[in-house]
Amino acid sequence: MTYDILLAGVGGQGVLSMAAVIGRAALAEGLHVKQSEVHGMAQRGGAVLAHLRLSDAPIESDLIARGTADLILSLEPVESLRYLAFLAPKGALVTTSNPFVNIPDYPPIEDLLATIRTLPRTTIVDAEWIATEAGDVQALNAVMVGAAMPLLPLRPESVEAAVREQFGRKGDDVLRCNLAALRAGRTAAGGVAASALAKGHAVAAPPPAAEATP
Amino acid sequence: MPRRILLGDESVALGAIHGGLSAAYAYPGTPSTEILEFILDHHERYGAPYASWCANEKTAYEEALGVSFAGRRALVCMKHVGLNVAADPFVNSALVSVHGGLVVAVADDPGMHSSQNEQDTRQLAEFARVLCLEPANQQEAYDMTREAFELSERLHVPVVLRLVTRLAHSRTTVEVGTVLAERPIRRAPVKNSWILLPGNARRQWKELLERQPVFAQLADTAGWNRLSMRDTDLGVITTGIARNYYRECAHELPEAPSHLHIGLYPIPVGRVRRLAERSRRILVLEDGYPFVEARVRGLLPSGAEVVGRMTGDVPAAGELTPDVVRDALKLPARPTHAIAGIALPARPPQLCEGCPHVFAFRALKKALDAFESPLVTSDIGCYTLGALPPYSAIESCVCMGASIGMAKGSAEAGVWPVVAVIGDSTFLHSGITPLLDAAAANTDMTVVILDNMTVAMTGMQDTIVPSERLDDVVRGVLGERGHLRIIDPHPRRVDRNADVLRSEIEHHGLSVVVARRACKQVAARMAARSPARAGAPEDGPTIAGAAP
Repeated sequence: MTYDILLAGVGGQGVLSMAAVIGRAALAEGLHVKQSEVHGMAQRGGAVLAHLRLSDAPIESDLIARGTADLILSLEPVESLRYLAFLAPKGALVTTSNPFVNIPDYPPIEDLLATIRTLPRTTIVDAEWIATEAGDVQALNAVMVGAAMPLLPLRPESVEAAVREQFGRKGDDVLRCNLAALRAGRTAAGGVAASALAKGHAVAAPPPAAEATP
Repeated sequence: MPRRILLGDESVALGAIHGGLSAAYAYPGTPSTEILEFILDHHERYGAPYASWCANEKTAYEEALGVSFAGRRALVCMKHVGLNVAADPFVNSALVSVHGGLVVAVADDPGMHSSQNEQDTRQLAEFARVLCLEPANQQEAYDMTREAFELSERLHVPVVLRLVTRLAHSRTTVEVGTVLAERPIRRAPVKNSWILLPGNARRQWKELLERQPVFAQLADTAGWNRLSMRDTDLGVITTGIARNYYRECAHELPEAPSHLHIGLYPIPVGRVRRLAERSRRILVLEDGYPFVEARVRGLLPSGAEVVGRMTGDVPAAGELTPDVVRDALKLPARPTHAIAGIALPARPPQLCEGCPHVFAFRALKKALDAFESPLVTSDIGCYTLGALPPYSAIESCVCMGASIGMAKGSAEAGVWPVVAVIGDSTFLHSGITPLLDAAAANTDMTVVILDNMTVAMTGMQDTIVPSERLDDVVRGVLGERGHLRIIDPHPRRVDRNADVLRSEIEHHGLSVVVARRACKQVAARMAARSPARAGAPEDGPTIAGAAP
């Protein structure tokens, strides 16, 4: 088993910390992991990409080849489309619906989302809304890890444990908020999985508040 | 064996620490920065080995060389272009008889993710006639670093460890070994072997040349250079991380090619010849320059056709990727997705919201409005982004410190007015010496030092001279004649700052204007550490505009 993930977003959004949570969970399950990151100037408000490869056998390449990614997990709609050539024909795309506009020529968000919906397996999540409900819009990346959980070859307990490890040091409030965001993201994506199969795509409705808290 | 999750850079750092390292030196530069950061962190926790940032790569190299001179193990780290700065000590240190292991970790940046060129360090290692190791993965980065110290002491040369961005910045699990103790202090066993007076240097050079066959034999027997022969027409040579990409698609080839992997240089001539004996076509896959390819062409009589970057079978520029290797092996592209009807906008890196550089550039542009044909040279750092719209404030970026020397040259060529824009750390790295030249000539030019109180682009390292002392350094270089003004690039001071800049640009002689305000990214951190250093109050002058 090999599961290749491209994680995309804008510098400062938390792409690397999203990769770190999933990587940590995979290692805890005994999988081999390789995580290729972008450092330096590219992190300054520009497009950021991380390659995360999980496998039950040793991994050679640090980079994912075109047409082979199982998942594109994006914190931003434009960024979700930037690396589409890397997605396998049967691969899935999971993105927020929330534009990060720091460029003058940002396309209309409706056109973007409509384009994303033409792809066979997509989940679009209003992660800003869910993260804000969970207590902090900064937890956007935790929401998106949650939204990817129905697709990841990892047990939910492992992902939760990884979030605890990663955010535990930052205090109870930060941890509680990230766990709530993770669970709400998962509920949102899980809630649309059935309709996604039926319609080929779906936009996650914000989850009822009762489901958002454990 | 214990396992750790490490970046390629961190694998080098830990390999060095476990390999009996006494001291490490570096100037930050992507993609090499994390090597020294890891050792600094280790030092903070455990009190050893010694580690420090340096003014530039040359000073870093010389300090490491001093550790080696004392018989102890030293590591010096830099990005590829940093080795140009350190080329003088590097090339000359190949002639001394190293007895304390000296490892030179250089991270190349094929594809220029964060650099101004994609030069290949293997070429410089060959130029200096020393050994070079090129890891293919994080485990090899760890193991090779340890071994590099042994080789350096056994063969009496500095040993280069060549990384590339994709290995430097990828993390995975690494099995780590036992921890070696630091070496005791030991003076050079042969007295004149470190004094490169011509008489000694000729002897040392001859000895280095006599050791070349030993290096060659090592390359032909080393486990890092592995040859597997098959009865096929195609032979493949990989180096470093190219092996990973090759292995991931080799199974799709109709028949498995013969394969030579190179991880230790000089090139293993015997193994290349053996590969060539059975191959009609040899494809060379290497990240960076066609270093092996060019030499393999020269090694082989005729017969085998050698293909790679020089023949266009691999693109001449840019980094290797799994897909570049796939194309080179003539495997079909895989199906994927495409979208129609929407043009994706580019999202280049940009200056942070509220970055003081933005307001320095606004003031500069405003000041320059008064002149017909101003010329603005600049340098390497976050502020290089000032070349892009909406600022379009600078016209050059070549190498560390070049802004000041180029401004002097342009002024002397007859251009007026000329302004050089340089960051505080870049100024300390390589800007002081050209400023000495400008001060000596009292050149009619203006230098703007953007002092954001940190080495921002590489991740907020401390500058070698704290901001409080920077003015003293500048004043010392300028002497009596040069002007020095301090401004605060605050959003509400753009007009006032433009006035200061305009009057200094109009001054027919050398002026330095320091625009001082903490980088947004570190302002909070610095406030926590020492409130006095946290930059200006909302709208007050920081350091009162010093008299020229």
